[in-house]
Amino acid sequence: MAARPSDYPAPFDWRDYVSVPTDPEDERIEVGVLIVGAGPAGLACAIRLGQLLEESPETAEKLGEVPVAVVEKGKQPGSHLLSGAVVNPRALRKLFKGRKVTEDFPFLQEVHGESVYFMTSKQAFRIPAPPTMRNHGNYIASVSQLGRWLADEAEELGTMILPETSALKLLVQDGRVVGVRTGDKGLGREGEPLGNYEPGADLVAKGTVLAEGTQGHLTGVALQRFGLESDSPQVWALGVKEIWKVAKPLDRIIHTMGWPLRFGAKYREFGGSFIYPMGEDMITIGLVVGLDYRDSELSVHDLLQEFKLHPKIRKLLEGGERVAWGAKTIPEGGLGSLPKKLHAPGVVFCGDGAGIVNVPALKGIHYAIESGRLAAEAVFDSLQPGKTPATPGVLASYDDAVRESFIWKDLHEVRNMRQVFGKGFFMGGALASMATATKGRMPRGTIATEPDAEHELFRTDRAKSYPAPDGKLTFDKLSSVFASGNRTRDDQPSHIRIETDVPIRIAQMWVNMCPAEVYEIVAGDEDKETVSVQVTPSNCVQCGAITAKGGRLTPPEGGSGPEYTNT
Amino acid sequence: MTTLVFLEHHEGQLLKGSLGVLSKAAQLGGDVAGAILGSGVGGLAEQAGRYGAQTVYVVDDPALAAPLPQPRVDALAALVRDKGIENILFAQSVLAADVSAGLAARLDAGLNWDLVDVSVQDGELVGKRPALADSVYVDVGWTQAPRLAIVRTGTFEPIESGGSATVEQVGAGFEDFSTAATMVEQAHAEAEGVSIEEADVIVAGGRGLGSPDKFALIEQLAEALGGAVAATRAVVDAGWYPYATQVGQTGKTISPKLYIGCGISGAIQHKVGMQGSGTIVAINKDANAPIFEFSDFGVVGDLHEIVPKLTELLKNR
Amino acid sequence: MTLLARTARQGGYSSEPMKIAVCIKHVPDTGSRRIDPQSKRLDRSGEGALNSFDAHALEEALRIRESGGDGEVVVVSMGPEKAIDSLRKALAMGADRAVLVSDEGAAGSDLVATSYLLAKALEREQADLVLFGQQASDADGAVLWAAVADRLRRPVISQVAELTVAGGNARGKRQTEFGYDVIEAPLPAVVAVSDAINEPRYPSLKGIMGAKKKPQDVVTVSELGAEVDRAGESGSRTTVLALSDPPPRGDSIKIEDDGSAADKIVAFLVEKKLI
Repeated sequence: MAARPSDYPAPFDWRDYVSVPTDPEDERIEVGVLIVGAGPAGLACAIRLGQLLEESPETAEKLGEVPVAVVEKGKQPGSHLLSGAVVNPRALRKLFKGRKVTEDFPFLQEVHGESVYFMTSKQAFRIPAPPTMRNHGNYIASVSQLGRWLADEAEELGTMILPETSALKLLVQDGRVVGVRTGDKGLGREGEPLGNYEPGADLVAKGTVLAEGTQGHLTGVALQRFGLESDSPQVWALGVKEIWKVAKPLDRIIHTMGWPLRFGAKYREFGGSFIYPMGEDMITIGLVVGLDYRDSELSVHDLLQEFKLHPKIRKLLEGGERVAWGAKTIPEGGLGSLPKKLHAPGVVFCGDGAGIVNVPALKGIHYAIESGRLAAEAVFDSLQPGKTPATPGVLASYDDAVRESFIWKDLHEVRNMRQVFGKGFFMGGALASMATATKGRMPRGTIATEPDAEHELFRTDRAKSYPAPDGKLTFDKLSSVFASGNRTRDDQPSHIRIETDVPIRIAQMWVNMCPAEVYEIVAGDEDKETVSVQVTPSNCVQCGAITAKGGRLTPPEGGSGPEYTNT
Repeated sequence: MTTLVFLEHHEGQLLKGSLGVLSKAAQLGGDVAGAILGSGVGGLAEQAGRYGAQTVYVVDDPALAAPLPQPRVDALAALVRDKGIENILFAQSVLAADVSAGLAARLDAGLNWDLVDVSVQDGELVGKRPALADSVYVDVGWTQAPRLAIVRTGTFEPIESGGSATVEQVGAGFEDFSTAATMVEQAHAEAEGVSIEEADVIVAGGRGLGSPDKFALIEQLAEALGGAVAATRAVVDAGWYPYATQVGQTGKTISPKLYIGCGISGAIQHKVGMQGSGTIVAINKDANAPIFEFSDFGVVGDLHEIVPKLTELLKNR
Repeated sequence: MTLLARTARQGGYSSEPMKIAVCIKHVPDTGSRRIDPQSKRLDRSGEGALNSFDAHALEEALRIRESGGDGEVVVVSMGPEKAIDSLRKALAMGADRAVLVSDEGAAGSDLVATSYLLAKALEREQADLVLFGQQASDADGAVLWAAVADRLRRPVISQVAELTVAGGNARGKRQTEFGYDVIEAPLPAVVAVSDAINEPRYPSLKGIMGAKKKPQDVVTVSELGAEVDRAGESGSRTTVLALSDPPPRGDSIKIEDDGSAADKIVAFLVEKKLI
């Protein structure tokens, strides 16, 4: 029996998440511009709008009492933000031109040096950094802290931030996006209202900016509603990382490839690790693996644990203490997987949610900020006399601006680099080098992607080498979930849509894939061919891996999930 | 050094916790006195002498009949001032918390609580208390007398030193506001029994039980030990036992003197809810279960055989 | 679930308008708690949130206010400037006004100093009912209400799992080690409620958006009319001397059951004097 996750699609219909406003008109909450997601893209948009509205009181007046509102499903801005991260400062400089200088930005430190290693299980060979990965002039940052800082800046410019608020449905009227409906709170496991049930509300706005990050829920719904999905489907990687307090500071950023991932084309194991200093006494270490992998025993969480035992790596951590953990997916389809248009009537798509990530350079944050800034300008422009954001075509100026920006130029250059690794490490490496050398002119055209869930699974004995957790250097998944700050209410309805009776190979894949131990095979089913999958949704850190591999993540109750502070 | 111990009583008996603190005070030295406040409580004084009090102050007044805190603050404040008492110790209880805090405000005196040890260093009282879910210990002190302290339940065992005390009857005056609250109905235990946060003994069940009906084994063991039943998140999620009994990060935090975990792996989400327990016994068939990392007595075995046997043995003692 | 349903389930709330003050605390996030090695006190510089026990007190106040038709719910807190976040959350839930006592000179206040300052703030409010949450999750305010009640010279009822306010009296079902007492006190009174009393509401979006517009006063110690040297460390009567590691758990024993495990457990419990 071929075990292909896409043969067992999730019971999810985008139509369930699109609606006209249903609250009585006087109960709808009206804002001027609604931004979904308090990440770098959404907040950059809010900040730029704040700057423009400061200079244009007439436009501000049109937007009413709350000109700019940002809804965020996490406990506060930053709670759901996770990345490496090494940030290119150019977009922040543009955003704060004339108002702030680089020293004002909440970076941890400048990149002092970098090394790239090719790993085997016992050794590490230094190799020259590929041109796409040179980070001179860039800064190390915690995207979670950056988010909190950007949120403060946005609030100072008049943005209202609404945390613990999930955007569950897209409000569409007469073919135009008019806002979102927020999620209910206080529902029990079967969806029944509890004593403190608080229904969601219709949040209507003149213009909506979807900046939800990877696997953006409403972005996915909107692309389906307006027929904007790219012909080249989006693909993702799963990144799992830890933050450690260490005895010895690290003097440079490190990237590795090779072990513990396998080279053969059949495995489709694309990715590598990153190790960055975070000031004098902390480092962050993470592993990123493409979700097109095929071995049902692959567990990125456990590969990271294994990786830490490498003699060269454990030296960096010895005597230290793990202080945080987190996981999140990264869209890897690049230029070819961007939506057909970055807008529809009344709505624009920004950042990771739209797929704006430069995979070979491992950069997404500054593109997110730039896309947010351009979105703000387009939305502001669409509010000028004679136009509205909802008029079809008006927001096309956003697409035009993105095409003319460094976002498009960079993404075009690297547009094929991820896809070629589907041919295995060495072939991929060769083609990638070709792409680099020709600045993207070769290979010609854009190579299509294949959805992660369509790759047939097989099983190896990979799990044999995952280390038993020792609680000091290596950890089990539940300890990791704890270290993400997750203390989600246990009796919420499940926000995860999956087919729960599946062939054992697929169930095993989910069990291993999920870094938060959300999925388990029901006790007693382990020897069957078709098994039942048990879901513990309160463990979920909303990384999004399940959506790539056959299921579908939807937003749980606002305020749930991890509480990242320095990831 | 003069020390006064608040001796709480219930239904004609001085409480074990108070006697434990009294025994410790006697050990610390100096002049040790006990205070018994109530109505018709003269007969309890003799007990106090046997556990180390040299003097027992009895304040007998109808206003003190009900176990309400504020009249006790009035009585103790007067006593402390009249007798020049330096240290006033309480054994943790619902009543003691209110009395000691009210007294601290009345006397503008420092109060340290949740102490797991008290000692005398350089002639002055020093306390030790756990913090951050018992992961770190803090030495605490006072800037001056009077020094008030609440000792964590179960810290000190009562030790009969066989002495006898001088009993002094003390009169009391009460503030109007202190006697404004009245007892309409005094405590009668609810059908559910001891709440898991108050219980001295907890027997907890987890997924290893296999099915909800196996909680009967846990209930029987708890009953044999006079304790309460607790559950893990996993079994509460599965509907095997009520949420009110859930112990852990998203449930209750408990610190009984004895915790017996059956079929519980000991994931950190559960551990943070019970790691302050005095003694931890674990029964699990998986030798690698994390609970064995922090249990005092761990048994790798089948709980379905061990727990009923254990219950039997305890019942026959 | 409507307001009507919420209050109908409780029954026993007065229909007279009342002024209720709720004391709330902004406590450090459970995940990132640490003790500052310099001050040896809990590090309050990071992220924090509304103490969950205080949310129950606030919920109770809101229910009482709702059934009385009119009246006012004021939230009072003492802490660093960022404590305003928790006060805003309380306003979002439905409180009418917030008062924050924030003063560098109040940092490091122990029970004596804190109860003194809070009492000063509450005296200004002259509330009919002062509510506290039964516990602070940072374990610092575990007995505050009784100290405050003494300074305000008001009756206090603590550990209240069910509260009725009617005819100028507060009647509380109080949870003790021996079962439930029922205690009655005339208003004005101080009541500390347990987390069993109710399920706190979620702030509605409208509530969150409206919170910013509600009155928020930040006052210093002297603006309160309080004596500066009775605040902070100078006003405290307790000290923190040193930090240490908890005692090791002692030798842990692990055995495999050969049929005699139950006997061995009993022997162990006897040795430890637990049975």
